[in-house]
Amino acid sequence: MKKITFGGVVLMAVCLVMGMTFPSWGANVIKIGVIGPMQFMQGKGHWNGALMAADEINGKGGIQVGNKKMKIQLVKADSNEFLNITDATNAMQRIITRDKVDFIVGGFRSEAVLAMQDIAMDYKKIFIDCGAAAPELCQKVADDYGRYKYFFRGTPFNSLYLARTCFIQMGTVGAILKKALGIPKVKVAIVGEKAMWVDPMIKAAQGLIPKMGMEVAGVWRPSQTATDVSAILAAVQSSHAQMIFTIFSASVGITFARQAGELKIPAVEVGINVEAQKDGFWQATQGKGNYVMDMNTYCRGVEYNDLTKPFVDEYVKRFGVTPTYTADTYAAIVYGLAPTIEQAGTLNADKIVSILEKRVYKTPGGRIKYMVDKEGRQTHDLTWGPGYLTSLGVQWVDGKQVGVWPYHWVAAKGAPEITYKGIVPYTIPPWVIKAYKK
Amino acid sequence: MAVNILISGLISGSMYALLAIGFSLIFGVARIVNIAHTGFYMLAAYCIFFITEKMGLNPVTAMVAAVILVTLMGLIVYMLFIKPIREHEAAVLIGTIALAIAMQEVMLLLFGGSFRSVPSLIGGYFVLLGVKVFYQQLLTFIVVLLALAAIWILLMKTRLGLAVRSTAEDREVANLMGMNESRVTMIAMGISVGLAALTGAVVVPLTIVSPFMWTDPLIIMMAVVVLGGLGSIKGSFVGAYMMGFAEALVVFLIPKGAFLKGPVALSVMILVLLIRPEGLFGVAFEEER
Repeated sequence: MKKITFGGVVLMAVCLVMGMTFPSWGANVIKIGVIGPMQFMQGKGHWNGALMAADEINGKGGIQVGNKKMKIQLVKADSNEFLNITDATNAMQRIITRDKVDFIVGGFRSEAVLAMQDIAMDYKKIFIDCGAAAPELCQKVADDYGRYKYFFRGTPFNSLYLARTCFIQMGTVGAILKKALGIPKVKVAIVGEKAMWVDPMIKAAQGLIPKMGMEVAGVWRPSQTATDVSAILAAVQSSHAQMIFTIFSASVGITFARQAGELKIPAVEVGINVEAQKDGFWQATQGKGNYVMDMNTYCRGVEYNDLTKPFVDEYVKRFGVTPTYTADTYAAIVYGLAPTIEQAGTLNADKIVSILEKRVYKTPGGRIKYMVDKEGRQTHDLTWGPGYLTSLGVQWVDGKQVGVWPYHWVAAKGAPEITYKGIVPYTIPPWVIKAYKK
Repeated sequence: MAVNILISGLISGSMYALLAIGFSLIFGVARIVNIAHTGFYMLAAYCIFFITEKMGLNPVTAMVAAVILVTLMGLIVYMLFIKPIREHEAAVLIGTIALAIAMQEVMLLLFGGSFRSVPSLIGGYFVLLGVKVFYQQLLTFIVVLLALAAIWILLMKTRLGLAVRSTAEDREVANLMGMNESRVTMIAMGISVGLAALTGAVVVPLTIVSPFMWTDPLIIMMAVVVLGGLGSIKGSFVGAYMMGFAEALVVFLIPKGAFLKGPVALSVMILVLLIRPEGLFGVAFEEER
C-alpha cells in the first residue's frame, strides 16, 4: 500500500510538472505576449488593444493556420520599464522562456525596447513594438537583417517623422499666429524633457525653425519628473516667445501645461505632450491645460478611414477612455499578424516575416507599409506621409480634445489637400490674442 | 533673474527644510534612519487627492485630515514595525526602505500609475518685482515658515522640547535624569511624520501626485541632512536652503541643463563634506554628543 501510494504521488507530481512546463501540448492556441508598463496608461493601452483584438478574432473562431483554426491566448507581462529596464528584460525573458509565447506586442520606452528587442531576437520571436520611437530600433534591422528581421515597428512612426509632423503642425500654427495676430516673425521656445528620444528632435528643431521663417528663442531641458517649471516659464516669457514647442512624454508635461496655463504665459503650446493625449489630462492640470495642442493618434470624432470610428467607439464603450497610440496592439494583431499568419499558413517566424514586411494594409490609424532604406535594405520601419500614417494634431478646448490638424494640409506641391473627417480649425488662446493682437 | 532665483530657492528650500528637520529630529533623538520619511509625504499627498477628488470635500479639510491620519499611521508603523528593531540600525535602515517601497506599491495598486493633481487653495498669481509668483507658492512658503517657527518654539521653549533635545544629546543621561526616553522617542516620531505629512499637504497643490513622488525628495533630503550635519536641526535648516538655491541657480543659469539641478546640488554637498566631513553643524566626534 505504501509503495502504491508513493508511486501514485510521484505520478501525480510528474503529471503536474508536465502540465505546467508543456502547456501547449494538445492546445490549439497562438500565444501572444503583451508587454508594457501595465500599471500605467501606456501599458493599459497595450493590454486593452490586445484584448479587443483577441476577443474579436476568437469571436470569429480564431486564425486559420493551415487547415486548422487557432484561437489567440494573450499573456500579460508587466515590463515596469518606467522604473527599471532590468525588470523589462526579465519580463521579456519570462514570457518567452516560461510562457512560451509565439509573438510579442508592446513595449513603450525606447531604452527598454532596445533591451527587450535583443532578447526577442535571441529567441527569433516576432516582436511588434507599439510605443517606442527611436530610429535605432529599425536601423538595427537594416544593419543586421539576419538577426533583427523579427522586429517590426507597430506604432508610432520613428522620432524623425514625429519631429517632421510636429514641425509641420508648428509651422501651421505659426502661420495662423502670423496671420491672425500680425506677428512678423514668430519666436519659438523649445522645451524638451531630458530623455534619449528627445535629443535628435531638439537638434532637428534648431535647424528647421529658422528655415520655416521663425526664430528659436531658446532651448530648455527640464527633468522628466520636474514638479516646478515656473523658472523655465519665466525664462520663456522673458524670451518673448509666442510659441512653445514642447517635447514631453513624462509627468513634466502635466506640470508644464498646468503652470503655463495658470500663469497665462502669452505663448501657445504645440508639439508632443504624451500626458496631454490622455483623457485624464484635464483633471491632472486642474483644467489649466486649455488650448494645449499635441500630437495624437486618435481623437473622438476624427476618422482617418472607415476603420477608425468603429475602433475608437468600441474602445471608448469598453474601457471608458479614448485609445492612446499604444492601443495599436489591436491593429498589430488584427490587421498585422492575423492576416499574415493566415497567408503564411504557418506560425513559422521566418515565413511570417517574409510576408509581413511586404504587405501594405489599412488600420484604424492609417495605412501601414514597411520602409526600405536608400540602399534598398528592409528596415521594418513605418512609412510616414499622406496616404499612409500622419497622426493628428489635437487641441484641448474647454475640457475636450478636438482634432485640428491636418486641416487643408497640402504635403507637397501638387499633392492633394487633406482634411480628415471631424477636423476643425485651431483655436488661439484668448490671452495670447490679447497680448499680441494689434 | 535674481528675483526668480530667490523665489524658486526659497520655495524649494522651505520644502526641503520641513522634510529634513523631521528626518533629523528622529535621527537625533532615536538614531532611526527613516528612509520611509518621504513615503509618508507621498501618503499625505494621496490622502488629499482622495479626499478632494473622490470624496468631494474641500482642500483645507483634506489637508488637516491628511496630516492627522498620516501622523497616526506613522505612529502605528513605529510601534509595530520600527520600535521592535530599533536597536539594530542596519535592520531599521533596510526595514524602512522596504516600508517605503511597500507604500509605493500599495498606492500603485489603489490608484494606478497615472499622474494626478489636487486643486490649489488659492489660484492665480501676482507679480513681484517683475516675476510672476503663484499665490499657492506664497501660501506654501508662509505655512512652511509658520511650521518651522512652531517647531522652533516647541523645541526651544517647552519642557517637551527640552526633553527631546536632551534625549538627542545623550539618551542615557536623559533617561537617568528621569525622562522617559521611549515616550520621548515616540513623540519625536509623531512630530517627524507629522512634518512629512505637513510637507505633503502644503506642497501637493504645486506638484504631481504619483506613487513614485517620494524618491526625488528623499535623495535631496538625505543630502540636506548630511550637508547640515546628521542630527543637527539647525544644520538641516541651513542645508535645505543651500540646496534649494543651488537648484534654482542651475535652472536659471543653465537652461539646457535644468535637469542637472539634482546632481549639481549633490555636488555642492560633496564639496562641503570634503572640507568639513561632519557637515556644517555636525559634531566631529561621536563622543562630543
